[in-house]
Amino acid sequence: MRRFLAVLHTRSLEFIRDRAALGWNFAFPFFLIIGFAFAFSGEGKPLYKIGLLGDSPAARAEHAFLRLRHIEFVAYEQEAQAVERVRTHRIQLLLDLKQNRYFLNEDNAQGYIAEQLLLGSEPGVFQKAAVTGKALRYVDWVLPGILSMNMMFSCLFGVGYVLVRYRKNGMLKRFKATPLTALEFLSAQVVSRLLLILVVSAIVFFGSKLLIGFEMKGSYLALLVLAALGALAMIALGLLTASSTGSEEFAGGLLNVLSWPMMFLSGVWFSLEGTPPLLQQAAQFLPLTHLVDGARAVMNDGAGLIEIAPHLAVLAGMTAVLMAISAKLFRWEAS
Amino acid sequence: MAELLRVEGLSKRFGDVEAVRGIGFAVREGICFGLLGPNGAGKTTTLEILEGLTKADSGRILYRGEERGRDFLKRIGIQFQNTAMQDFLTVRENLKLFSAFYEQTLPIDQLVGLCALGEFLDRDARKLSGGQRQRLLLAMALVNDPELLFLDEPTTGLDPQARRNFWQLVRGIKARGKTVILTTHYMDEAEMLCDEIAVMDHGRIIAQDAPHKLLAEHFDGVLVRLPANGQAPDLPFPIEKRGDYYEFTSRDLDASLRALLDADLSLTGMQIQKPNLEDLFIKLTGHQLRG
Repeated sequence: MRRFLAVLHTRSLEFIRDRAALGWNFAFPFFLIIGFAFAFSGEGKPLYKIGLLGDSPAARAEHAFLRLRHIEFVAYEQEAQAVERVRTHRIQLLLDLKQNRYFLNEDNAQGYIAEQLLLGSEPGVFQKAAVTGKALRYVDWVLPGILSMNMMFSCLFGVGYVLVRYRKNGMLKRFKATPLTALEFLSAQVVSRLLLILVVSAIVFFGSKLLIGFEMKGSYLALLVLAALGALAMIALGLLTASSTGSEEFAGGLLNVLSWPMMFLSGVWFSLEGTPPLLQQAAQFLPLTHLVDGARAVMNDGAGLIEIAPHLAVLAGMTAVLMAISAKLFRWEAS
Repeated sequence: MAELLRVEGLSKRFGDVEAVRGIGFAVREGICFGLLGPNGAGKTTTLEILEGLTKADSGRILYRGEERGRDFLKRIGIQFQNTAMQDFLTVRENLKLFSAFYEQTLPIDQLVGLCALGEFLDRDARKLSGGQRQRLLLAMALVNDPELLFLDEPTTGLDPQARRNFWQLVRGIKARGKTVILTTHYMDEAEMLCDEIAVMDHGRIIAQDAPHKLLAEHFDGVLVRLPANGQAPDLPFPIEKRGDYYEFTSRDLDASLRALLDADLSLTGMQIQKPNLEDLFIKLTGHQLRG
């Protein structure tokens, strides 16, 4: 325990004293968030989408409206989730094909056009159900993604790259020659990064809230648990990439290969709703997807611990598996 | 004196390279034992096997007559050839970090005194000079007050003054009853520090004894060198050509010099010296230590 604490303490000191890296950890997310707040201020990013409840090939054949071109139809399973999308202007209209209803937010100008299209192509078929709600600004939607992404980069590179550097310059070998065990050393690295990234993220979170005043509808506890598990899963992935190589170039390449696809496939910048199902399924294997989706559920839709439990379970499982493999593969010295 | 470490039939191969080929020796407690040899002779590999960091392919190592257990790491101190230190830490913080790894440690103040770290105790470890760095690495090797200290080429790359200071520290450590095993390719270092040396070349030990005994055994007299210009001189005793010099060992210097003058040789540029370990190494292996 004493050995663990000593390594934890020094690793954290190193992080804080490395001004360049520390600045980067803060500056990067702030930069992006403020940039997006300005770029997409006002109406927010136009998303011309219509949601469907009870989508089926038969329904598609029956309704002339569904054959209109240049409209993106997105199928939903859960009514509450879909209605929330209408409420926050993320879809313009929601059609319930089983009960022949449609949900519309009357404050949404594009929703009005979509309603006219529906009534024009199929008059008298659907009953109207009005919902109200303020539009979700793009910045409100994108902020959980940026925070998650910053967490991902910090964990992957902050743990993976640093470990490889330690191995390359012989520091790990020096530790190997002491009674310090691999478990003590690695857990100190994990805990140090976890604590630091949580603090950094909290500062960026509340700083952004002060600057641009985004919405936070759900439970802070749920967000904290999610952030911790998400960070752990990323750290475990970082450990795995750095478990035995002594080449910074190799590790750097591997980390880039992991982080860039994650950044695009996990829905940080644009919603995956309406993309090919195969892509969406593939995204389920990425820890960032669960972190981003969970964070949006909490911050945008007001979810609590129970609602995001599936995401938490997946992240915990990924962490356990990745940690176990990296512990198995870990080497003090480059082979 | 009791035997601290015994090595028998040690071999290690890396792919096609036989780094260590069946070597054996014993180290008595309280002495400084030197592994000498040129770069690539197998010194560092041997040292890392002794430390327990590298596994030997075959052979046996006994510490106080027994196989080394997990506790061995607590009883030894190691200074590697190239070690980076944790970035952004001061000298004091580095020592505290390593102190935390052991149950029994020397007080930091004592380490500071032993290794003369006082002037730069609160400096960032990356800003130290070469000599200061080696002193810190030595202190890090001593935090657990080890019985046995391993030093791998401790003064390589240091200026003459810093080397002399470092030797002084090692002598101080020896005076505290510690056993030291070091590798070096500096023969003067071995002569200054070691009670016993093993000369290694191509993975084998080619000579082993106390330095003065080795010299007495292999050299009888003093070494005379003459610049080699013109044809080989005709002398009543054998001479050898080494590089730009003619060389011979003389037991009776007066007679030898007379013979040189009789042969009408110019003595300009002549060197006369007591043979040192460097000469011994050349004699044993036929090649230079460095280069």
